[in-house]
Amino acid sequence: MNWIVDDTWIVIIGALTAIACALPGCFLVLRGMSMMGDAISHAVLPGLAIAFLVTGTRASFTMFIGAAVVGVLTAVFTQWITNLGKVDRGASMGIVFTTLFALGLLLIVQAADYVDLDPGCVLYGNIEWTTFDVSFEFNWGSTLVFVPRAAIILGSVALLNLCITVFFFKELKISAFDPELATTQGINAQLMHYLLMTQVAITTVAAFEVVGSIIVIAMLVTPAATAHLLTDRLHWMLVISAIIGASAAGIGHVLAIVVPPLIGFESTTTSGMMAVTTGLLFIVAWLFAPNYGWLSRILSRKDVENPFSGPLPTD
Amino acid sequence: MPDLAYHNKPSATPPLREDDHSPRAPLSIHDLTVAYHRKPVLWDIDLDIPEGKLVGIIGPNGAGKSTLIKACLDLVPKASGLVQVYGQPYKRQRSVVGYVPQRESVDWDFPVSALDVVTMGLYRDIGWFKVVRRKHKDIARAALDRVGISHLAERQISQLSGGQQQRVFLARALAQDASLYFMDEPFAAVDAATERAIVTLLKDLQSQGKTTLVVHHDLATVTQYFDYVILLNMRVVAAGPTEEVFTAENLHRTYGGKLTLLAEAGHALSQIKRG
Repeated sequence: MNWIVDDTWIVIIGALTAIACALPGCFLVLRGMSMMGDAISHAVLPGLAIAFLVTGTRASFTMFIGAAVVGVLTAVFTQWITNLGKVDRGASMGIVFTTLFALGLLLIVQAADYVDLDPGCVLYGNIEWTTFDVSFEFNWGSTLVFVPRAAIILGSVALLNLCITVFFFKELKISAFDPELATTQGINAQLMHYLLMTQVAITTVAAFEVVGSIIVIAMLVTPAATAHLLTDRLHWMLVISAIIGASAAGIGHVLAIVVPPLIGFESTTTSGMMAVTTGLLFIVAWLFAPNYGWLSRILSRKDVENPFSGPLPTD
Repeated sequence: MPDLAYHNKPSATPPLREDDHSPRAPLSIHDLTVAYHRKPVLWDIDLDIPEGKLVGIIGPNGAGKSTLIKACLDLVPKASGLVQVYGQPYKRQRSVVGYVPQRESVDWDFPVSALDVVTMGLYRDIGWFKVVRRKHKDIARAALDRVGISHLAERQISQLSGGQQQRVFLARALAQDASLYFMDEPFAAVDAATERAIVTLLKDLQSQGKTTLVVHHDLATVTQYFDYVILLNMRVVAAGPTEEVFTAENLHRTYGGKLTLLAEAGHALSQIKRG
C-alpha cells in the first residue's frame, strides 16, 4: 500500500463529513425522519439549476445558497402536505423530493447546452479529486502543507453543527422527544424542527458538492443508528456516532486502496467504500452490541427481568 | 325527550358572558370552539374551574376530552374562544401550569434516563443556552422520590413498566411545581399500586390548594376520586360538584344511546348509592 499525503487528506475530509453529518443525523434517526437527508440531497437540484440560470455562473457560493434554500423548502413543503392533506410524512417527503428532483433535471437539461452541470457528478461526487483543489498552503515546520478547499468547507460545517448541537442541546432533545412538552415549556418545537432541517440542508449541500451525496446519506443515518444500539444516553449517542462515522471514513479509504487489487480490479470509489463501511459497522453493532445486540438478546432471553420488580411506594 | 335535551345546549351550565367569569379562577374557558379539518370537535365550551378542586373530565371516546386540555395549552388551534389561567392568557402563565400527556404520546426507546425526562419539566426555568445543573437534578430526583421511583432514576425509560413510566411523567409535572395541572388519562393501563399512588398524589396536591384536571375513563371510580366533574360530549353536558352533577340523567345525556357505556354508567350509579 502506497500511502501519500493526499490519502491523509481524503481521510480527514471523509471524517469531517462524517462528523458534520452524524450530529444532525442522530436527531433525524430519533425523530423517525431518517430519509430526510436523502430527500433533501435530491431535492436541491432545482436550487442549483436556478442559481446557475439566474446568475449565469457556477460560483459555488450562489449555487450553495440556491441549494440550501430549496433544501429548507423541501422540509417546509413536506410539513405542509402532511398537515393539510391526509398524507403521511413518508409519502409527502416522497412527493416533494421526486417532484423537485425532476424539476431540477428539466432545468439542467435546459442549462446543459451552455454548461457542464452533470447530474451524475452531483449525486456521486468524487472525494479522491478534492485534494487537487487547494484553498491555501502554509509551512508546518519544514514541510509545506496544502489545505484542500473541501477540508475548509466541511470543517466549517462540522464546527457549525457542533456549535448548534452544544448550544441547543436541551432544546433539540426535548423537541425530538416530546414536542408537546417543549411547547408547554415555551420552546417552539416547530422552530427547532426547522433549525434541524436547515442544518441537514446546509450539511447535505456543502458535503455533496465536494464529496458526493451517497456518502452524505450514509453518514447521516447509519452511524446514528449504530450508536443508538450501543448507548442509552443521547450525548453518548452523538459522540459515538461521530466516532463511528470518522472511523468508517478511515477504514473505508484503506479498504478502497487494499481490496480491489486483491480481487483483480484497478481501484474503486472511496466515497462508496466509506458508505459501505458504515453499513458493515452497523451489522457488527447489530450482532454484538452489549444490550441491544442480537447475541446478547439470545443469551439473556432466559432471565427476563420482572417488569414489576423494585419496591412499590407505600400509600 | 332525552334526544332533544342532548342536542340543545344543556340547562345545567347556562352560557356565561365574558364578565361573568370570575377573574381569579385557576381556569376559565369562554366560548371555546375547536375544529379538526373544519369538523368541530368541541362546541361553545364555557367553564369556570374553582380553585383547589380535583376535577374529573368524563365523556365517551371522541368527546373531545384530550382536545379540551390541548386547546387550553395552545397545543391545538382554537377556532374561537378564550382561555384564561388565573385571569391571564396561558402564554403568560406557562410556569404555573403543569401537563401530563398520554403515555403513548412519546417514543420510549429514546436514549434518555428517567431523571432526564423529569428534568425536561424544568427546561423553562433553566432557560436557553444554559446547562442542567446539580440543583435541577436534585429537584428532579426529589420529584421522582415523591412518586416512589427515585431508585430508577438512571434507568433508560423503555426499561420501566407502564406504571413506572406514568410515574415518570407525573414526576416531571411535579418538578415544575405548578398550581394548575392537566393530566391526560394518567390511570390508563397502570397497575393497581400505581393507581393508588397516583390517587394519593392527587389528594396531596389538592390539600396544597392546587387545582388538577384529569381526563378519566373509569366511571366506577369517579365519585371516589373527584369532587368536581365535567361531563363532556363535544359540548359541556354538565359541570359542577360531583354529588350534584354526576347523576343518571346527566350520564345518559353524556353517553347518548351507547348501550355498553350505559351499562357502565348504571354500574357507576349503583356504586354511588352504595357509597
